[in-house]
Amino acid sequence: MTGQGRLAAWAVGLAALVALPFVYRDPYHLHILVLILIWSFAYTSWSMMGRFGLVSLGHGGFMGIGAYVTALLWNHLGLSPWIGIPVSMVAAGALALVVGYPCFRFRITGHYFVLVTLALSGIVLQVITATRDYTGGSLGYTPNRATTNKLLALQFDDKTTWYLIALAVWLAGIVVWHLIDRSMSRYALEAISEDEDAAAAAGVDVTAEKLKITLISALMTALAGAIYCQYQMFITPDTVSGIAVSLQMVFAAIVGGLFVSLGPTVGAIITILLAETLRIGFGTKAVGWDNLVYGVLLVLFIIFLPKGILGSVLDRLKSQRKVSRTHEQEAVKIAR
Amino acid sequence: MQAFLDIFDIYLLEAVINGILLGGVLALLALGLNLIFGVIDVTWICYAELVMIGMYAMYFMVQYYGLSYFIAAPFTILLVALLGALLHYLVIAPLLTAPPINQLLATGGVLFVLQSFATVAFGIDFRNLGIRLPVLAFGDMNFSYARLLSFLAALVGMVAVYLFMTRTFTGTAIRAISQDRQIMALMGVDTKRMYIITSALGGGLAGLAACLLVLQYDVHPFVGLSFGPITFLICVLGGLGNFIGGFIAAFVFAEIISLGGLFSDLEWGYVLAFAFFIVMMFIRPAGLLARRR
Amino acid sequence: MLELRSVDAGYGSFQALFDVNLDVKAGEAVGVIGPNGAGKTTLMRVISGLIRPSRGSIRMEGVDVVATPAHRIVSLGIAHVPENRRLFPQLSVDDNLKMGAFMKEARGTYAKRLDFVFELFPRLKERRHQMAGTMSGGEQQMCAIGRALMSNPKLLLLDEPSAGLAPVVVQQVFELVKRIRASGLTVLIVEQNVQQVLHVVDRAYLIEAGTIRSSGTAAEMLASDTVKEAYLGV
Repeated sequence: MTGQGRLAAWAVGLAALVALPFVYRDPYHLHILVLILIWSFAYTSWSMMGRFGLVSLGHGGFMGIGAYVTALLWNHLGLSPWIGIPVSMVAAGALALVVGYPCFRFRITGHYFVLVTLALSGIVLQVITATRDYTGGSLGYTPNRATTNKLLALQFDDKTTWYLIALAVWLAGIVVWHLIDRSMSRYALEAISEDEDAAAAAGVDVTAEKLKITLISALMTALAGAIYCQYQMFITPDTVSGIAVSLQMVFAAIVGGLFVSLGPTVGAIITILLAETLRIGFGTKAVGWDNLVYGVLLVLFIIFLPKGILGSVLDRLKSQRKVSRTHEQEAVKIAR
Repeated sequence: MQAFLDIFDIYLLEAVINGILLGGVLALLALGLNLIFGVIDVTWICYAELVMIGMYAMYFMVQYYGLSYFIAAPFTILLVALLGALLHYLVIAPLLTAPPINQLLATGGVLFVLQSFATVAFGIDFRNLGIRLPVLAFGDMNFSYARLLSFLAALVGMVAVYLFMTRTFTGTAIRAISQDRQIMALMGVDTKRMYIITSALGGGLAGLAACLLVLQYDVHPFVGLSFGPITFLICVLGGLGNFIGGFIAAFVFAEIISLGGLFSDLEWGYVLAFAFFIVMMFIRPAGLLARRR
Repeated sequence: MLELRSVDAGYGSFQALFDVNLDVKAGEAVGVIGPNGAGKTTLMRVISGLIRPSRGSIRMEGVDVVATPAHRIVSLGIAHVPENRRLFPQLSVDDNLKMGAFMKEARGTYAKRLDFVFELFPRLKERRHQMAGTMSGGEQQMCAIGRALMSNPKLLLLDEPSAGLAPVVVQQVFELVKRIRASGLTVLIVEQNVQQVLHVVDRAYLIEAGTIRSSGTAAEMLASDTVKEAYLGV
């Protein structure tokens, strides 16, 4: 596809997405769409790091901070989410820097990095649970309903508004993905993920590049958490933070495909539709079944289709056209 | 003695000793994880969830089928050992040549599976053995008998592993594998078999830990999350695959958690431990016992 | 005892051995000489099962080696002392020797074999608790040979035993090889040190670019013009 053709396709698709809630108003389906968009944004945020081999299981922590800090500031200090969300993002970003800096500075990679970030999301969950006097602990937390100014409280009752907000945020995520894809940082980070020492020798500031992408990724993930909280108006530590959420991000990104911008979105569509189907299928017995299926699929995907559904499909399409290009793609491992 | 005790805050000393007791079980957990990493070069993210399954096994055998604790324990250890071997056979073995991160994420998938399996099968209720072990009073200090027992059993378990690793042919081979994988065949060692044995051993240690933890904590599907992360931190700080490092780090963390818990909730002890971990990464980035180059 | 027939072998798409035929009779010492990268190490590895031939057959006392799983080949009586010794550096000398006796058939005679090896290399007995990686090159070579002997082999494969050792030590190593021969073992030895090795072995093969160029008794090889010019620098 030519550059212009591609742009046109995006424009048409986007116009259709914007128009959708005005034509189609089924609230349940809109609700599912909003969830898909919010989680797609979160998964896209994760994949910003994941695609460069920076496998973080700490993103559950960033998301939890985004959700809880925003809600806590609103309930306890009456601070509008318009201020609360940036504050929560800064908090998540600061945490990302504090943990990321020593990790990157001292070349903590691979297993070590995964385990450190894993502990990070575990700890955030612990903190939310420990501060149960403020956060409601594992029972969950609800932002106070705004009585007067809904816009100030970022609380809307109609699905259409939320759909448009989620769409905008999701689109922003995709744009950031593409900006990074075209930046010099992408080459630096790809070099780092191939061989850190060689990259450093070639003049890449390894620590700075990694910190930059980690920061962007953490800020976006926190935003996803905050938006999720504002939309659902109810959060629990298990749904927005912790290891399970982190793994869910990894799972969706891998299912969809890590190396294409819409991969995480495809992952979100698949996982959320799966979860909803299971929920409807099993009714109240559904608790746990969706994750059970997730887990099995995650294992199967990693063993049999590590490039994800979208990635594999695109590969196949490309290989029919350009053989050499596929070869190049093959060389990029899922992560190292 | 009494005069000596008066100098220190009695609660402080109690916390220190409780920390040591906790350290035993944490060291046991770290040992299992380190063993598997050291030999097979994979990290089981779902390690704590294996422990959780073991705790459920104990619960059902003791509470439901009325088995005595000491009869149920060997069965639990065997069961989790079997799970460990199965985990390797089904998930890790097909991924041995894949990038390490993929192996790690696959065990993350298993974490999901085990957690949700427990949720589906056993529900989210908190359950306990209902065994109330007496409290040991020593001076003005109180120690739970369960903790003391756990500590001793953990020590016995670790000594048993040590003897196995140093005295037997199989144990020696397990130590040798990580140093030179390629030539193991020249020694007549079937590496695949060693991996299965190591996985079973790691699983067995998780099973033992389950038998001990179930004495002190309620079991629920997410119980793994309360000690899994801390075990990973211990292993990273001690240096993955470094048994002695893991052992020392376990006690350091246990003390931090125990002393931190003295001033507020146990969860804050974990937070303190994490903060300590971050600081340590600045000071000794390659781990607690890393050789300086 | 050992026979290779039309063996091809390599790594992935790279072929290192072409149509190799080679025989070792019981009680013999046979040398394989040739330049770097000629395929000498590959030859050793293909015999001990570290890599598998893409074509051809390998038989040890009539048993099909190719059909035997790699970790069972040592049970056929083939012990391989790999290039660069490949000890377990963080294990003690004792534990390294123990690994040599890992297979079930050897465990029963472990104590006896250990005495034999310590008798052969008294030096190892002195160092038995030392980490193998901390010993000198010569001591490590002793340990590597000792480890191979622990399995009570019939055929010993020695891959470049003199590589990386000081000249005095090289001399000692070849003395050792003589003593091992004297104990009744069959030896197949790969060496770049042509002059030395031809004084130890009965027969030798010259291998170049993965192909056997010539073979003959040690005396014939020493007298051969090709060997003289290319390897003896005469």
